Amino acid sequence: MKKEYVMGNGAIALGALTAGVKLVSGYPGTPSSEIIETIAKYKHNDVYVEWSVNEKAAMEVAAGAVYSGARALVTMKQVGLNVASDPLMSLAYVGVKGGMVIVSADDPGPISSQTEQDTRMFAEFARIPVFDPTSPEEAFQMIQDAFDYSEKYKTPVLFRPTTRVCHAYASIEWDENTQPKQYEGFVKDSKKWVIFPQLSFKNHAMIEKRNLQIGDNFSEYKMNTVSGYGKKAVFASGVSYAYVKEYLQDRTNVVLVKIATPYPFPEKLALSVMKNVDEILCVEELSAYLEMQLQRIAGVHHLPVKIFGKTTGNGRLSGENSADYVAEIIGAFLGDSTEEHINLSDIPELPKRPPVLCAGCPHRASFYAVKKAMQGRKAYFCGDIGCYTLGNAMPLDMTDTCLCMGAGITIAQGFSHTNKDAVSFAFVGDSTFFASGMTGTVNAVYNGADMILCILDNSTTAMTGHQPHPGTGKNMMSDIIQKVDIVKILEGIGINNIAVVNPFELEKAVDTVREFADISGVKAMIFKSPCIALKKPDSCMKISEKCIQCKKCIREIGCPAIIISDGKVTIDSALCNGCKLCSKICPVGAIGGAENE
Amino acid sequence: MNKDILLCGVGGQGTVLASKLIASAFMNCGETVHSAETIGMAQRGGSVTSHVRIGEKAYSPLIPFHSADIILAFEPAEAVRNLPYLKNNGVVIVNSVPVKPVTESLVNTGYDGKEMLEYLQKKCRNTVIVDAEEICREIGSAKVFNVAILGVAVGIGKLGLSEDAVLAEIEKSVKERFREMNYKAFTKGKQIGEDYEIKSVTD
Repeated sequence: MKKEYVMGNGAIALGALTAGVKLVSGYPGTPSSEIIETIAKYKHNDVYVEWSVNEKAAMEVAAGAVYSGARALVTMKQVGLNVASDPLMSLAYVGVKGGMVIVSADDPGPISSQTEQDTRMFAEFARIPVFDPTSPEEAFQMIQDAFDYSEKYKTPVLFRPTTRVCHAYASIEWDENTQPKQYEGFVKDSKKWVIFPQLSFKNHAMIEKRNLQIGDNFSEYKMNTVSGYGKKAVFASGVSYAYVKEYLQDRTNVVLVKIATPYPFPEKLALSVMKNVDEILCVEELSAYLEMQLQRIAGVHHLPVKIFGKTTGNGRLSGENSADYVAEIIGAFLGDSTEEHINLSDIPELPKRPPVLCAGCPHRASFYAVKKAMQGRKAYFCGDIGCYTLGNAMPLDMTDTCLCMGAGITIAQGFSHTNKDAVSFAFVGDSTFFASGMTGTVNAVYNGADMILCILDNSTTAMTGHQPHPGTGKNMMSDIIQKVDIVKILEGIGINNIAVVNPFELEKAVDTVREFADISGVKAMIFKSPCIALKKPDSCMKISEKCIQCKKCIREIGCPAIIISDGKVTIDSALCNGCKLCSKICPVGAIGGAENE
Repeated sequence: MNKDILLCGVGGQGTVLASKLIASAFMNCGETVHSAETIGMAQRGGSVTSHVRIGEKAYSPLIPFHSADIILAFEPAEAVRNLPYLKNNGVVIVNSVPVKPVTESLVNTGYDGKEMLEYLQKKCRNTVIVDAEEICREIGSAKVFNVAILGVAVGIGKLGLSEDAVLAEIEKSVKERFREMNYKAFTKGKQIGEDYEIKSVTD
């Protein structure tokens, strides 16, 4: 046995390896990305791991493995589950042979997501079980149980940690010599593996009956717990349970119920508590899921119990819980008195530290080139998911829309069909293009849109921590593979006007944008320059005495390395990467390399 | 032992590294350790906090408000931002050198940290102000403040770790050629801590 101090995501990975997982696939997304990275670091040679091009691909790759009887893990963030929902909904009907656990990490807050959707609701919608860990230690154990349940009931199961569980560190003891579980290999049986309406009809009935059994089984499951005594009960799930424990500590004058498996709901367990208490408080994040289950059970069984939670104003409707917020609502529920604390109502205004594109980021140069070229013309800029969403910040102000992965490309087409007087642009990163930009690009060509597709190719998946993708020439098995060539893809789709430009060759980039803006049809520009995290910085820029303090450099590009020190425009040498973009903007040629000194 | 330690600063200052060092040192002393980091979307220049929780009674991954025994702040405004976490009789060790927001040149707030330090002193009797620039100049490296601030915490006896435990951790996690410099920074910090007289809350 070996002890590792790991993130919750690491605990999930080690738990899956301990469960004998054979294949692991997924797509990066905060807060889930470190699961696959940990698998790749600790795995035995017989375990296969990949970053798939998107979550749908990951789910389907894993389906092949579990049809063969092997155990498979699929990882993604909650919005990734939307992308994978097509295979998942059908897979729920078809079922699995080897255990299949789909980790969909929820992000209450949201801290780094587009939505506050709740994977527990998705599980109910898909009619498959869901596990909801309260801590990294519990996640390590629970994911092993999830594989067993999946195999026992021949169904994919969801596993939904939230950001605070994914990113919390704890010590995990595990057996590093663990091997993938033995499996039979794929056995042909078209009555089982080919989905037809007749099969779906038959399996749907089976699933509904089975879920009642699973619910009964979950009432006995060791991770669903009841402790304490009294006429008041608190039901909690996920990290909210940890917050409740933090407040109650060893107190036993309240019944505390932990729901580790929100669906199928452990109804018998809940009922045994509900019959014996007068009031219940539900403490949970995102949806009022526990609360609605308890309301339903109380209705069916005509129980007089009062149920409090989000729907009664005793829980926030959006945003994440915290130990303090939970202490407040439980304290009020239990009628506890509050302590006196330092009064901080007169706190001075704190400096805001908003996220900005890094100094030297090639995206800044790309956005600036398009902005320059379109000065005085009506243009719409459709953004996408990645670091470059930060192109919306002042002074660049180059992101008019952002919806979901790949949507910028298709929204730009909608603009082009309805706003003929404007030039429509779509900005998409290289990884996002592979994940969900190609179909939209085919749509543009097929339907004759007028638009300029700008692929910001920085040779990595920067926002989520520099994962490789098909264009990088590397995969997660450490193989060197042939790069998938974006230009060839675009040529193959039938785009005739394609230009590859270095965004730091500003003049050339601006000229190309202007030229393309006057051509009809779909045009593509690939702004190619590596993420600054992947290359050595060039020598720092210097400002000479020629500077007239006009601050044009600051007003135009908003680079964090250009600061004002003692009233003068200065370059912060700790931040500057020497990209030289500022030197091309200075009207008097006062900014240059080290030779400028 | 139950102890909550909060570290905060701005991305790039070495906050996370210092918290890993603390977590590891406590684990080597046989304590149960949990920690969590909250890092904004910014790679550099964003607010960063690390919550290190020692003991079996720590259920929440983040320290609750009014619970931190000690705040190690690498930047004055970040100390104030995290002040709600401090216990009534807690200690704040804060670097006096401000880090202006990366957007300062665009919006010009005039932030210089002074108001923050005054506020800290007003609200927390045991606010230990340390000048990181001075320490780093003396040691000859801009990158040793994270170890120096641990020295201060050990010096005033509020970290819950012995000098030896921290030094052993530095030996383990710092490359040999930087070790001497880090030892010096730690010793310098420890001296500052030892010279500080803890004020009791009641007097």
